[in-house]
Amino acid sequence: MVPKDCLYSKNHEWIRVVEDDLCVLGITDFAQSELGEVVYVELPEVGQSFAAGDEIGTIESVKAVAEIYTPVGGEIVEVNETLDDHPEKVNDDPYGAGWLAKLRMASADELGELLDAEGYEKLISQDG
Amino acid sequence: MAEQSQPQRTPLYDEHLKAGGRMVDFAGWQLPVRYTDVIAEHRAVRRAAGLFDVSHMGEIRFRGPGAKAFLQYLTPNDVAKLKPGRAHYSGLLSERGTYLDDVLLYMLAEDDYLMVVNAANREQDVAWIRGHEHPDCTIEDQSDDFALLALQGPKAAAILARHTPLDLGAIRYYRFARGTVCGEEAIVSRTGYTGEDGFELYLAPPSAPVVWRTLLADGEADGLVPAGLGARDTLRLEAGMALYGHEIDQRRTPYEAGLGWVVKLGKGDFIGRQALVEQRQRGVEERLVGFEIKGKGIARPGCRVIAGGRPVGTVASGTWSPTLERAIGTTYVPAALAEPGTALGVEVRNRLLEAAVVPLPFYHRR
Repeated sequence: MVPKDCLYSKNHEWIRVVEDDLCVLGITDFAQSELGEVVYVELPEVGQSFAAGDEIGTIESVKAVAEIYTPVGGEIVEVNETLDDHPEKVNDDPYGAGWLAKLRMASADELGELLDAEGYEKLISQDG
Repeated sequence: MAEQSQPQRTPLYDEHLKAGGRMVDFAGWQLPVRYTDVIAEHRAVRRAAGLFDVSHMGEIRFRGPGAKAFLQYLTPNDVAKLKPGRAHYSGLLSERGTYLDDVLLYMLAEDDYLMVVNAANREQDVAWIRGHEHPDCTIEDQSDDFALLALQGPKAAAILARHTPLDLGAIRYYRFARGTVCGEEAIVSRTGYTGEDGFELYLAPPSAPVVWRTLLADGEADGLVPAGLGARDTLRLEAGMALYGHEIDQRRTPYEAGLGWVVKLGKGDFIGRQALVEQRQRGVEERLVGFEIKGKGIARPGCRVIAGGRPVGTVASGTWSPTLERAIGTTYVPAALAEPGTALGVEVRNRLLEAAVVPLPFYHRR
């Protein structure tokens, strides 16, 4: 269930490195199922820079608001604009079409802080 | 106050777990906030039907030759207008005319009434009522004697008709009858909290699971789903129905809340009457209004409401409306700002969302 090609934060974001310092960020299937159907996604502006752990946006469902924190520092190079009209993609395909942002990492060293799929599965089996 | 440290379980607790209910603590009870998804459950109720467990609600029984007179004094609506088999919406008001609770009052028979109160207020309601005791009326907290299911939605009557010998066509809005449902004794009341047609079923607690299971299994083909507290809240808000602790509380009168129709000043004295007479003469300073958010973002309860650059109130209820597909909410504003179309702002996490006053309710069934 938890894709092996991603790294995970304890806050339920995933990061997938696509080339060198470029990575994609989203929230996990566990996170979307805890939130319920997403109705709004607020994303950062392209060009904004963040440090690891910064809030980069919010996701709202009927009952809850969740802040999105980037697990790694860097510059936003693209955001998933289709979520403007189709926020439900975050629920339907959290690791694919429901991605949130692409960023250029300031330092790949920060990836070392993240959990691998096995570690994340362990985390959510404790939470759940 | 003597809060229960352990949240209570309704007779349907195991059914909720089996149906995948996400359980939360609500007013001292463990109840499902959703089974699948709030929006899906909401839409099922608007289009077909939903079944809710509302067994947490409190029931207080009033019996005796003094019951009518006592309830006339205790509540603002006119109890003399009730007949056996009829119910009305009313409240428990303070001497200041403000809400201690909003209630449904059923006239079961001559000298025999059942008051349905909010779970969170039940203990203080009972204490308040006992504090005004009438010699010819007994007061009994019967909350543990009732489980309560709400079957709501345009298909509710068709589904229920297959499981009761009662003539549901004869039970019009705010009326009720006694009869069997799925073979179990019930009070079948054509009332609800969703803005749809539907029924509330008062049952003995041991009867609840079989009625729950039978209705859900049989209604599935009609689109019936179990629905949780999340959908109950979005449905009632769209329908413009007040929730205690949000639209109404100890600071608000029925006039301010847009519920002046429950106040019958001509019926004789009742608790809060004098204050309400004075407020009616003066006019209300603040009024409950509905608003819609323009653009993205959801106003949540407690967010600050701004008009003309100044804070004018806080959000009472706020959510995303599955029917309107935009964010809606309620708030109290100075009476001068209550006109539909008035521009408001709502502060949400350091952003100012644009909003406008709209008429209540947000949703009216056709």
